[in-house]
Amino acid sequence: MKIYVPADSAALALGADDVAAAIMAQAHARGVSVDLVRNGTRGMIWLEPLVEVEVEGVRHGFGPATVDDAGTILDGTSAKALGPVDELDWMQRQTRLTFARCGIIDPLSLKDYQAHGGLAGLKRAIAMNSTEIVEEVTTSGLRGRGGAGFPTGIKWNTVRQAQAAQKYIVCNADEGDSGTFADRMIMEGDPFTLIEGMIIAGLGVGATRGYVYLRSEYPDAISVMTRAVEIARAAGVLGPDVLRSGRAFDLEIRKGAGAYVCGEETSLLNSLEGKRGVVRAKPPLPALQGFLGQPTVVNNVISLATVPVIFEKGAQFYADFGLGRSRGTVTLQIAGNVARGGLFETAFGMSLGAVVTDIAGGTASGRPVKAVQVGGPLGAYMPVSEFDTALGYEEFDAAGGLIGHAGLVVFDDSADMLRMARFAMEFCAVESCGKCTPCRIGAVRGVETIDRIAAGDGTAIPLLTDLCETMKDGSLCALGGFTPFPVMSALTHFPDDFARMKEAAE
Amino acid sequence: MTLSAPAPDLDDMRAIIAQHTGLEGPLLPILHALQDSFGHIPDVAMPLITEALNISRAELHGVISFYHDFRDTPAGRHVLKICRAEACQAVGADALAEAALRKLGIDWHGTTPNGAVTVEPVYCLGLCACGPALMLDDKVMGRVDGAKLDTLLAEVGA
Ligand SMILES: Cc1cc2nc3c(=O)[nH]c(=O)nc-3n(C[C@H](O)[C@H](O)[C@H](O)COP(=O)(O)O)c2cc1C
Ligand code: SF4
Ligand code: FES
Repeated sequence: MKIYVPADSAALALGADDVAAAIMAQAHARGVSVDLVRNGTRGMIWLEPLVEVEVEGVRHGFGPATVDDAGTILDGTSAKALGPVDELDWMQRQTRLTFARCGIIDPLSLKDYQAHGGLAGLKRAIAMNSTEIVEEVTTSGLRGRGGAGFPTGIKWNTVRQAQAAQKYIVCNADEGDSGTFADRMIMEGDPFTLIEGMIIAGLGVGATRGYVYLRSEYPDAISVMTRAVEIARAAGVLGPDVLRSGRAFDLEIRKGAGAYVCGEETSLLNSLEGKRGVVRAKPPLPALQGFLGQPTVVNNVISLATVPVIFEKGAQFYADFGLGRSRGTVTLQIAGNVARGGLFETAFGMSLGAVVTDIAGGTASGRPVKAVQVGGPLGAYMPVSEFDTALGYEEFDAAGGLIGHAGLVVFDDSADMLRMARFAMEFCAVESCGKCTPCRIGAVRGVETIDRIAAGDGTAIPLLTDLCETMKDGSLCALGGFTPFPVMSALTHFPDDFARMKEAAE
Repeated sequence: MTLSAPAPDLDDMRAIIAQHTGLEGPLLPILHALQDSFGHIPDVAMPLITEALNISRAELHGVISFYHDFRDTPAGRHVLKICRAEACQAVGADALAEAALRKLGIDWHGTTPNGAVTVEPVYCLGLCACGPALMLDDKVMGRVDGAKLDTLLAEVGA
């Protein structure tokens, strides 16, 4: 009997290890032999731990499973039966390209990986020259999934054309945005995809060395990635002669140290070099003077992990999905107060409202949705009146928001938006790298100003608006520069939350 | 963790540092390795690091103080990190954290008088679809409510 119990950290956080142990114990008691696979998650976090039992090649789901369900799952009498997992609405409605294998394979089995299309992209890339590789990425329309949406092909081309003895591929796995977990999920559920993407990047730009800068808050992802690198090296996927191509590429996992700003690419490079994670002024671009001053590609995990499928299926196949200048799929992470939270990969173009209402099923509390913060702590709070905004970089920009790393955090009507605005300023103050005054000092003033508003001082509202303008204009990076987005969107769309206190005080 | 960690031994520290000096950008790996072994970055390790990497003491101090992870004094036997970020707030993380701190009688970054646990804020654990989330040492936990928290605190002897 083949049974899958995820070892993704969200599943572990909900008791997956205990469920797995209970299943093995119950199987032993019944004299049933079980082939247990610890897969990644399918992304339906509200159903975790999601146990799958394979019957005649079809995987039947049971969840959310507890220790007490182990026996009935084995007996086929469980009330938590969901039917074939691939036929569930959530799975059927997705276009899984980047996450095609996640939750399906054993994350650390190269054999499984290859049986599901893994390494096909790399093999194709090996047969191409560097110009062709970069062109393929450009044609796919892939844009950086880390936040800024910069065209990946253009970045790669800059590095490709730079002359240097050593170039680097640096994967940004700092994933600090609240409401995001796509990087973590793929690193835990399909780590070879990221490795393969980094190798293709290396072949494309002429880099032989790579680093994954992985946040310390993700010990499970660190452990899976570390083992995956060892396995890939032992199998000759990484090393001096990648798949006997005569080309070299190897990489190392580096652990971050708990600084949000180190997700900013130049701060990350300083951190990787062993310095304070202070943001560097650009130019020079990291593409020309990056890690240790050498030409460096810095890409997000999802950007790099999408490269293999682009090479496996062809750039045009990928580019055929999407909306306007947002090509391919967006790997939405639905979080916060939602009935159905998790990872949902779909072509760009769906409306925000369709995702929140239809896919996620509204709030977990059952109360009305008040706001959705899209794009992490630097993203705007979108009110329900903006729900027809289509998921696309330009479309969100026009609505005063940003897609960022595509996290959606849903709040019900009990949320106090003044408090959320205050938190945005507080977070900026805690995480500021300290280089610019409007960010370092401004964020502290922001907290104080919002406290005045909360105490009933309405005259502080224009001060807050001015402060936000100063931060926007005078900050070197988006931490100081974009913190005004959540603050001002809260103030603009939910003025009652800022005025209510005043009335109470009068 | 820390209170039971071995007393800093200079030779051990030199060995840990030497294991990493061949890396490109060895400082963070060295600091992590020292903290893993000793629970904090011992003061006596400073001159060993500055010497091995040829950096100034001010530079080293600047790096250690920049990152939330590194500590120059030992933490409690366990470190409990409670997520304070937005997605967890949307499902009641504030109240949970307040309850935990009140129960333990400490503030953020504080350690219980018996040395059992240090409580730190953390801004997202990637468990945003199953918050409120926390991490006890390296073990993650989701959908934490008052009862789960009480059990956990009892288990660590806080
Ligand atoms: C404060 C701040 C934090 C950031 N955090 C991340 C992060 O955690 N992960 C990430 O990939 N990009 C992050 N970015 C964006 C990076 O600077 C950079 O644009 C990205 O890594 C480039 O990769 P991409 O083109 O593949 O998106 C952050 C930017 C800022 C200003
Ligand atoms: S905006 Fe803030 S985090 Fe960004 S460089 Fe300036 S001080 Fe540093
Ligand atoms: S916001 Fe708490 S785990 Fe992400």
